[in-house]
Amino acid sequence: MKAAVITFPGSNCDRDLADAFAKAGADVVRVWHKDTEIPAGTDVIGVPGGFSFGDYLRCGAIASRSPIGQAVVDFAGRGGHVIGICNGFQVLTEMGLLPGALMRNAGLKFRCRPQRLKVATTDSPFTRAYAADAEVTYPIAHHDGNYVLDAEGLARLEGEDRVAFRYIDNPNGSTADIAGVLSENRRVLGLMPHPERVVEDAQGGTDGAALFRALAGMLAAV
Amino acid sequence: MKARVHVMLKDGVLDPQGEAVRHALGHLGFTGVEAVRQGKMIELDLAATDRAAAETEVKAMCEKLLANTVIEKYTVEIC
Repeated sequence: MKAAVITFPGSNCDRDLADAFAKAGADVVRVWHKDTEIPAGTDVIGVPGGFSFGDYLRCGAIASRSPIGQAVVDFAGRGGHVIGICNGFQVLTEMGLLPGALMRNAGLKFRCRPQRLKVATTDSPFTRAYAADAEVTYPIAHHDGNYVLDAEGLARLEGEDRVAFRYIDNPNGSTADIAGVLSENRRVLGLMPHPERVVEDAQGGTDGAALFRALAGMLAAV
Repeated sequence: MKARVHVMLKDGVLDPQGEAVRHALGHLGFTGVEAVRQGKMIELDLAATDRAAAETEVKAMCEKLLANTVIEKYTVEIC
């Protein structure tokens, strides 16, 4: 599996994400936001957490329109796999690759803590290694993680089994406790919690490792 | 030519920041404030000289970048 990890000015989880991919056996290439092409042979793009472009205008808004942004949209359009974590999730919603939007946390506080989650579907390349309804703990660290979606969009998401993760004890006011969502073709995942921060014991947990291993296993096979 | 873009959350989208401002106003003794909605105003200096063309272009800017129409609405004022 070849993974491309994008770095924007203000990204700060790009190295963690690259390490998580590498630990799962991927060849990792780093891509700068001014690049206009995703390297040939890329199987999955990682859009990392952080505060791209200082969260100016709206979180993820400027990054989603940066030169590499269109290349990510095109890659996803061709059926490529993309994972966006935290700020990366915000970027993917701003690109229109995932429905809804992420607003300021309902309690207005920056929430930084280990977060219990329920794996809401195992029908995706990212979550297929987890048991149905498995409980996992990924760290969260965000100010704007309040997932907002209208009733119609929510009904569609639920009907198509596209909620990937739900919060246990909702930390930010997200609609229907949603922590992560899948695209229609299930190959794009956006989530606020950080699986890349729990891939080895030294990080205090390993619940996220299965996500990267599952993806690597699937993409190595194609 | 200048354009002013007002971006506000759509009706029905909860505005936690506006609500916090309302509470703070209450603490300061301003008791009559029933709701606060917070938005942003963006001023643009444009080279354009044609008002209608400028308005069309600024609306395109709103759709593409300045507003997230999933949760926000906007108005454009050319002045």
